[in-house]
Amino acid sequence: MAHEMNGRKFLLQGNEAMAEGAIAAGCRFFAGYPITPASEISERMSYRLPQVDGTFIQMEDEIASLGAVIGASLAGVKSMTATSGPGFSLMQENLGYACMTEVPCVVVNVMRGGPSTGLPTSPSQGDVLQARWGTHGDHPVIVLAVSSVSECFSITVTAFNLSEKYRVPVVMLSDEVVAHSRETYTIPSADSIEVVDRIIPNVPPEWYKPYEDNSRGVPPMAAMGDGYRHHITGLVHDAYGFPTEKQDEIETFLKRQFRKITNGFFEIQITKKINIEDAEIAVIAYGSVARSARRAVAMARAHGIKAGLVQLVTLFPFPKNSVVNVMRQCRAVLVPEMNMGQISREVKRVNTGLTEVSKYNRIDGQLITPLEIFEELQKL
Amino acid sequence: MDVDRFEIRLCGSGGQGIILASIVLAEAAGIIEGYNVSQTQSYGPEARGGRCKAEVVISSKQIDYPKAVQLDMILAMNQTSCDAYCYDFKPNGLLLVDSDLVEQPPTSRVVPLPFTKIARDVADTNLVANIVALGALGHFCPLLSRQSLETALFARVPPKTKKINSKALQAGIKAAEKFNLDTLPRSIIPEEEEI
Repeated sequence: MAHEMNGRKFLLQGNEAMAEGAIAAGCRFFAGYPITPASEISERMSYRLPQVDGTFIQMEDEIASLGAVIGASLAGVKSMTATSGPGFSLMQENLGYACMTEVPCVVVNVMRGGPSTGLPTSPSQGDVLQARWGTHGDHPVIVLAVSSVSECFSITVTAFNLSEKYRVPVVMLSDEVVAHSRETYTIPSADSIEVVDRIIPNVPPEWYKPYEDNSRGVPPMAAMGDGYRHHITGLVHDAYGFPTEKQDEIETFLKRQFRKITNGFFEIQITKKINIEDAEIAVIAYGSVARSARRAVAMARAHGIKAGLVQLVTLFPFPKNSVVNVMRQCRAVLVPEMNMGQISREVKRVNTGLTEVSKYNRIDGQLITPLEIFEELQKL
Repeated sequence: MDVDRFEIRLCGSGGQGIILASIVLAEAAGIIEGYNVSQTQSYGPEARGGRCKAEVVISSKQIDYPKAVQLDMILAMNQTSCDAYCYDFKPNGLLLVDSDLVEQPPTSRVVPLPFTKIARDVADTNLVANIVALGALGHFCPLLSRQSLETALFARVPPKTKKINSKALQAGIKAAEKFNLDTLPRSIIPEEEEI
């Protein structure tokens, strides 16, 4: 079945494309609990995973789901879970555990209107800062956002690759529009997809220190059951994985968590630029709103306004370099979002007086339309 | 056929099969006819009832905004959804309504056909009213052939229901063929204002 799908054109839902992307990236374990608008990811995984010798479990709730995912990943299997707002809130505790224990995994949050049960069938971008800061403690994290069915496939592959390479949980933010939209998409051939696997130890078991620093800041990871001693704890730990309260070990450990991500900024911070070369004003958008922005920019160009678009694929670590370059060039930037201004805070933070930052917000459960963005651009 | 954006909206009550019909439409255009297609939907948290809307955008170019901007065709399967979702219509757009369930269509360019009644007549069930309407939509949509619609339909529905779905589709096409579009005004904008 997997081979039959590659190279063929399908009418795929965003959620279905995410499941296919995960399988293409090597994901062989999924644990989840159904929730609108993310359920189709679980649904597709439940029949696709057995076809590729993978495992699917429906858990009793979202806390257990991420727990199972962390366990499977420790056993050497690439793992994923998917949920929406209320479930994502429940996952925060284990998300921190995955950060602390440096377990690669992918957590999909298909954003719906909130807070609480909110608007289950309506889109929102209200969980952006929760994805960054939701779990407690000072921690680096990678957050990616998708805007189309094609990105649901390709960025899911990227999410797994980054997760494996840096040994961090990667949060993927989708939204109801992207998740439920169906678009024609040709699944790429297997050999055209770059897949990264975690580095495993090349020393004998008795030499292995599971959390020993190296130049990348990412220790090789042994799978449980492979004969390597491996102690896992949510407490701050030393190179052997055992709890420590020694100041030098605490600082070394926590600083390495930040250093490994900072070292990878160039690769991790993904943006897409459209019509930016000669732009005088720019839209900074992500998720489904980036699709509206794409059309709004085309409309503005047709009216003689030199507008451009920066689509943020990586939301965190915030792609400062890309955004600052555009802010140096443009006299104004507009940040449209389906929240009251979460990424616009980041944009303002890195602005430092370079340009004028305007925001456009909509929180009525509807996607921002191209016309709305175009009208805002006319005012800049 | 080279087309920038051809947009169709289907709306009705939850449970009438609006989304399924839009998926078949999208697969006929996207997989069989080879266009780029985007199919989106919006519905409430209810399993049955409530307003339901699905949109299909067909283009030979890459589709930027996935939802409808200016509609070429709208299908309304009840009055509530017709009142709620008949907007962003092109002046020469075409509205298809279930004539028994929509008593007051908001425009003059309307094709009223009794989809649900036809479904009961040919298949003895209301369930395939969406497919009857799909047949009529396909007939009036210049981008779709009868063949591609049928292929897409059979690929999507359970094999057991192939026969009644086929009957429903044919009945929808037949009903649409009897309707003469020349009897409608060419545009919903009054002629004198067009000059």
